[in-house]
Amino acid sequence: MNDKGKIVTGLVIFAAVVTFPFWYNLGKAAPPPEVVLTEKAKAAGECVLPKEEIRTEHMKLLDVWRDTQVRDGQTVYINAKGKAYTMSLSNTCLDCHSNYKDFCDRCHAYASTDPYCWDCHIDNPKEGE
Amino acid sequence: MERSRREFLKIAGASAAVGLGARPMIEAVAAATGHQATPQARVARHPDALKATRWAMVVDTRKIESAEQIEKMVEACHKEHNVPMLENERHRIKWIWETHFHNAFPSQATDHVSEHLEHIGLPVMCNHCENPPCVRACPTKATFKRASDGIVMMDFHRCIGCRFCMAACPYGSRSFNFRDPRPFIAEINKAYPTRMKGVVEKCNFCVERLAVGKLPACVEVSDGILTFGDLDDPESEVSQLLKENYAIRRKTNLGTGPSVYYIV
Repeated sequence: MNDKGKIVTGLVIFAAVVTFPFWYNLGKAAPPPEVVLTEKAKAAGECVLPKEEIRTEHMKLLDVWRDTQVRDGQTVYINAKGKAYTMSLSNTCLDCHSNYKDFCDRCHAYASTDPYCWDCHIDNPKEGE
Repeated sequence: MERSRREFLKIAGASAAVGLGARPMIEAVAAATGHQATPQARVARHPDALKATRWAMVVDTRKIESAEQIEKMVEACHKEHNVPMLENERHRIKWIWETHFHNAFPSQATDHVSEHLEHIGLPVMCNHCENPPCVRACPTKATFKRASDGIVMMDFHRCIGCRFCMAACPYGSRSFNFRDPRPFIAEINKAYPTRMKGVVEKCNFCVERLAVGKLPACVEVSDGILTFGDLDDPESEVSQLLKENYAIRRKTNLGTGPSVYYIV
């Protein structure tokens, strides 16, 4: 039991290192991301789903869209308000939200998620359609 | 701690009772907070969507005069679907391409093929088989035959790049993206997605165009060489053509049941 001092010192150092990120960032909460809407998105006024819902559920909606569009051949989505949209990430979502860096990426970076939709779906669809 | 058998059973019984009682509670809470699909929202077909129960294509080889005609189809298709043009032939992506009769129909080709067939190329593509071997080979159901109209489709999202389908396809209709295709697309059509490295792709009978009421891109520019329509509809143009002319299909002995017919 002669190493008590060493062990305690070691434990203290270990605890300090492990908790370092917590006390280092204390009181420095990252500000919630602010997304920029394009002129087109602003002009549209509303999204496919209400704002709160699309914010939290867009990935689930896109998942449903993907399967319905690709596998069932249905291409039109009619929302609760009765407005019809083409189920297409490239041609509907990214048509309004054509500013990937200031829109999609902001929240995804904040939430530390890394979706790879843009590997295939072009993030800046056709202009002026 | 010593615990009698009787005591143990009592505790076990009580725990089970609590657990069973809690279940409806948990379910009620989960239902109240969980994700609910918006009940009023619904999906539909595009009003102009073309309908068929078995899409098929008829290639009238008698109308083929030059390689340029086929070149035009290839260009229209590849432009529409963002098919890259890679220099290395082994990496090349093909949805529709030109080949000689001997290669398209190895078992039908004789030493004395008609002069016309001998001198022209034929457009070949995915045959959208009735019994597609690629679909059977796919471990993730990324490639599947759509029950409603018989089109053999690719869901690029699900493709894991195992290339079993490429081995299974007797027509070589499938290509693999060995490289990221984006830098090799001359002019990106932003309405259609590109692919990423590691997925297989092939002709999709222009499913995205049929869904909005347009004929396939290659058919539109084919000067009447290609005819597209519903085989199950006896009045359709393809049915009429096949009724009046003798047509062959590629490698029928394999039992795949191709949907692309060649009038020779």
